[in-house]
Amino acid sequence: MSLTIGVPGETFAGEKRVATVPEVVEKLIKLGFAVNVESGAGAAANFDDASYRAAGAQIIADPATLCAQSDIIFKVRGPSAAEVGLLKEGSTLVSFIWPAQNPELLQQLAARKLTVLAIDALPRQLSRAQKMDALTSQAGVAGYRAVIEAANAFGRFFNGQITAAGKVPPAKVFIAGAGVAGLAAIGAAASLGAIVRANDTRAEVADQVVSLGGEFVKVDYEEEGSGGGGYAKVMSEGFQQAQREMYAKQAREVDIIITTALIPGKPAPRLITAAMVESMKPGSVIVDMAAEQGGNCELTEPGQAVVKHGVTIVGYTDLVSRLAKQSSTLYATNLFRLTEELCKTKDGIIDVNMEDDAIRGLTVIKEGAITWPPPPLKQSAAPPAKPAAAQPAKGKGHGHGAPSAPMAGTTLAIVFGCAAALFWFVGAHAPASFLAHFTVFVLACFVGYMVVWNVTPALHTPLMSVTNAISSIIAIGALVQIAPPLADLGTGRPDEWIRWIAFVGIALTAVNMFGGFAVTRRMLAMFQK
Amino acid sequence: MSASLVTVAYIGAIILFILSLGGLSNPETSRRGNLYGIIGMTIAVLATVFGPRVTLAGIPWIVAAMVIGGSVGLYAARVVKMTQMPELVALMHSLVGLAACLVGFASYIDTSIAYTGVEKTIHEIEIYIGILIGAVTFSGSVIAFGKLSGKIGGKPLLLPARHWINLAGLLLVIWFGREFINAPTISDGMLPLVIMTVIALLFGIHMVMAIGGADMPVVVSMLNSYSGWAAAATGFMLSNDLLIVTGALVGSSGAILSYIMCRAMNRHFLSVIAGGFGTGGGTVVAPADGQPAGEVTPISAQETAELLKDAKSVIIVPGYGMAVAQAQHTVFEITKLLREKGVNVRFGIHPVAGRMPGHMNVLLAEAKVPYDIVMEMDELNDDFPTTDVSMVIGANDIVNPGAEDDPNSPIAGMPVLQVWKSRTSIVMKRSMASGYAGVDNPLFYKENNRMLFGDAKKMLDEVLVALKA
Repeated sequence: MSLTIGVPGETFAGEKRVATVPEVVEKLIKLGFAVNVESGAGAAANFDDASYRAAGAQIIADPATLCAQSDIIFKVRGPSAAEVGLLKEGSTLVSFIWPAQNPELLQQLAARKLTVLAIDALPRQLSRAQKMDALTSQAGVAGYRAVIEAANAFGRFFNGQITAAGKVPPAKVFIAGAGVAGLAAIGAAASLGAIVRANDTRAEVADQVVSLGGEFVKVDYEEEGSGGGGYAKVMSEGFQQAQREMYAKQAREVDIIITTALIPGKPAPRLITAAMVESMKPGSVIVDMAAEQGGNCELTEPGQAVVKHGVTIVGYTDLVSRLAKQSSTLYATNLFRLTEELCKTKDGIIDVNMEDDAIRGLTVIKEGAITWPPPPLKQSAAPPAKPAAAQPAKGKGHGHGAPSAPMAGTTLAIVFGCAAALFWFVGAHAPASFLAHFTVFVLACFVGYMVVWNVTPALHTPLMSVTNAISSIIAIGALVQIAPPLADLGTGRPDEWIRWIAFVGIALTAVNMFGGFAVTRRMLAMFQK
Repeated sequence: MSASLVTVAYIGAIILFILSLGGLSNPETSRRGNLYGIIGMTIAVLATVFGPRVTLAGIPWIVAAMVIGGSVGLYAARVVKMTQMPELVALMHSLVGLAACLVGFASYIDTSIAYTGVEKTIHEIEIYIGILIGAVTFSGSVIAFGKLSGKIGGKPLLLPARHWINLAGLLLVIWFGREFINAPTISDGMLPLVIMTVIALLFGIHMVMAIGGADMPVVVSMLNSYSGWAAAATGFMLSNDLLIVTGALVGSSGAILSYIMCRAMNRHFLSVIAGGFGTGGGTVVAPADGQPAGEVTPISAQETAELLKDAKSVIIVPGYGMAVAQAQHTVFEITKLLREKGVNVRFGIHPVAGRMPGHMNVLLAEAKVPYDIVMEMDELNDDFPTTDVSMVIGANDIVNPGAEDDPNSPIAGMPVLQVWKSRTSIVMKRSMASGYAGVDNPLFYKENNRMLFGDAKKMLDEVLVALKA
């Protein structure tokens, strides 16, 4: 028997979104589900009951009946206490939950023996989870809307123009935080023609900023701010000091500041102080997208647009709802993609497969048992920062990373152990004259090691031919044998033999000596810029 | 010249040799580096000749030997083609090995310096080891020369139970070493010494014979290392620090090169030496279910030229095939033409492309390709997705996507140039035969890949004509 998906209207004040749209209803029905929608659920997002009905949904007048008849509930906001009471025991709920911030809600839902999929708990680093990532889709909408709000409150054009009435300079927009919302804001502001600058504590997003037409403003302080899972972490005091100076400078220069800085589970960082607001040009605009979490600006009043020191500070907490049709459509599509994952058989039955990394992360309550937080993912699909990106380009050529890469501890211990044993053996048995040479030998090996690692791979062939030429130093051995001083001659030294052997030896090494250097010279002369 | 002055001159020579190697870190400084090497060598030789250990009687002999050897060397350096560099280098290694053997024997029969007790034993061990390394280097390098110049087939010769043969050889060498050290007189010790030399020669032959064509870069750099160790061993034998230091420099240089080559092929050093990997082209190893199915799309020289003309950025990946076909000059002509049209042309060099480390760089330098557009694999591997056309000339295994995608591939894990990520890749090849690793290449069957069949030189000439038209 196929299951029924129920979509109640949102009861949270000011929430205009709806958890499914007519277009997606059709697709859900194709997957084998029946869909119930509360009457008027989509009205605030400009979807009327008739269009839902046309898509195949059944319209139900009151939420209590809807919940009683539905096995799966799609919502946007987490349910209120009253709504929890309506949910049928054993049914499945999909919505934003924020389990870390709402432990009581989690308890209440568990008591109803529900299975709860928190769309905000999706492991975002899995690439296959991206299609279900409602946080991203909603943040993108908010970022876009933030620019529109700023443009609305700003008294000038965004793009520079040269008109018959004179020259209009382009607006300068500074965006703090280049997460999804920040990037969407960069794109929107740049496409309106503004000069866009952006900053983020995670250095790896600089390329994305540039690709959207923005300019990345660095904080003059070395620290890596990636906290894993695509979020930033809290930075050190020294960094924050440097960051404040940078913000103060930007505040004096730009016309519009959009702040998007959030740290999960913590109040939003205070980036813009009252003094910075004061230093801005009259008529400037600040849009504080973190207003709900306390705001990035000291003077933000959540939910309001206020004018302070001649600067309009927009602290709306419902930016997403202000674009409800767009955000509902994206959210509904995210939930549809999730439904596809849950119902691979396309028969209208869902399977909450706890072996699947993505589903496991989403599921905060499974049949009444709290399963949050999930175990850490086995593989981290996004390495925190590529070493290549972390260290600036090292100059041309020196491509072997190995000398800096440390050996494994055990290997190192074995190597040191063997070397110690060998040295002990040599030290215990060899006479002093040998040890002097041995010292020289070991040190020379190390010098060779250090020097040769610096050789650029392009010159490996000349390196071989020059070392070849140098190894003809063995001629010295033959030279000292060919005619030593008479006084040294012992009895019975086979002079003739040695002389001829040494002669041949010198001739052979001379081939190397002259040939090696000459050919190296010939080769090196060819390397031209 | 007093003994102390000679020692000081030796120190100067050592410093110059180190500077010489250090100079090679950059093409700009490399020429001066070579000059340092020449000066160092001159100082060392002159200091020895005019030092206390050589009398006037020896000078005519020395001059004669130097003139003979030097003229041979200079002649060889002048006439050698850049494609033949690996052979020349291998041949020169063999000379160092042979010289080390000769010096060792001469030192053994030289009674002018008498040792006693432990010192005598150590001196004899040094002689023994010096000759051993020298002999292995000599015969190994001769075989490597034969293989590189095509006088001996590239196919690995795999004797049955070859590891046991090597082990038996080693045990025999140790046993004769005991005999040698315990021998009361020089003539008694000569027999074990000669037998050991023969075993070492056979071992060198056997070792290199068992190694396939594609592993040649490792072998050449390994022999380079051995020739250094042979010099160092001679230095111990003669109590000469200059030889010890120089030998150690050369030895560690060769060892590092071998390591880099092994890592570029994702292979363990021992398994390369154990041999039997590069099958010399021909038999495809167990394609069973891993056989990449699909159609290859051929392309004509004319169409290749069109593609290159329309491209904004081009990466050329040369391999041994380019060296064989002597196509580097045509490649440069094409490069020059494209660069004049504003196309961003670069070269991607895999560390083991060719038959010795840095082989491709030398060939391209010979063809006057500016070295700043010749990149290492690591430098441009990330740029393939933004590249319009990548052209593979006579290379196969180093662009095999199987190394990354297929864990069962014999070359799995070997770092490769990701040409398949560019918009179009063109592979120039004689036929569909597999590369030295004997692995079929899924690249050929990719949708965005085109095959330009034929002799690399001839095809590139046609491309050049079409480009000029």
